[in-house]
Amino acid sequence: MDHSAERSLSTYLTGFALAVVLTAIPFTLVWGGLLTGPAVYAVIAVAAVLQVIVHLVFFLHLDLKSTPAENLFFLGFAAVLIFIMVGGSLWIMMDLHHRMM
Amino acid sequence: MTETVMADDILEHEEKKSLESREFGFWVYLMTDAVIFALLFASYVVLSKNSAAGPTSKELFDLGHTAGETALLLFSSLTFGFATIAMAAGQAGRVVQWLIVTLLLGLGFLAMEIIEFHGMIAQGAGPGTSGFLSAFFTLVGTHGLHVAFGAVGICVMIGQVLVKGLTLPVRSRLFRLGLFWHFLDIVWIGIFSVVYLPGVM
Repeated sequence: MDHSAERSLSTYLTGFALAVVLTAIPFTLVWGGLLTGPAVYAVIAVAAVLQVIVHLVFFLHLDLKSTPAENLFFLGFAAVLIFIMVGGSLWIMMDLHHRMM
Repeated sequence: MTETVMADDILEHEEKKSLESREFGFWVYLMTDAVIFALLFASYVVLSKNSAAGPTSKELFDLGHTAGETALLLFSSLTFGFATIAMAAGQAGRVVQWLIVTLLLGLGFLAMEIIEFHGMIAQGAGPGTSGFLSAFFTLVGTHGLHVAFGAVGICVMIGQVLVKGLTLPVRSRLFRLGLFWHFLDIVWIGIFSVVYLPGVM
């Protein structure tokens, strides 16, 4: 019992440290104006996706072995739905915007 | 004698099973909530440049303020994790202490958000001003409302841990509240990455 508590303490602290780093990178880049153009957006996007994964693994304790398959299935299903709806909406609206110019 | 023991066993097994299905149900709810937030993000991205000659995101957003909110929410995720660890170790007093810290951090986040909203509305940048601001207040306000409900949930769970102790149903509820709280921090990653950081560039 005690040992597992210790291990999960280090899990939370690792997750927290990674989250701090992945938050600090985009904030300093934007704040200091260190990068410009599409590269900044790419860095922000990559840092955000990585940080979401860090939160899922270290705070929500998702992993491929111990998490029930149904939960992972629903996570994947939601991800597909989000991809279709958000991607589709943005595609249509950007295209419309382009044609209105 | 053996019959009652068996009945107790069956009862405990059933309780565990019903709590497990509630945890799965809560997970399904979180995924549907993620879909709602994703669509609010999509409408924000579409409308973010439509400031209707009103104030733009660059004039309104203050990255220092956003960094403060981010820090409060991230720390509160960590302290909720500490409460979960204390729960695993069966230390009810510790659980309550860490929940109170989490609650204070959450309330601090809400206070910062209310100050931000109030300042914007006072400048004439309310939700009725432009498409950009409508989408902004809907997205960030929905997240803030979730945090407020999470704070109410933490108050309820502090009460339950104090009154009932760390029984099996209380542990399950605390676990589900933890999922909710960590989920809100994940949504916040999206908010600062999609709304605030691109907004000030």
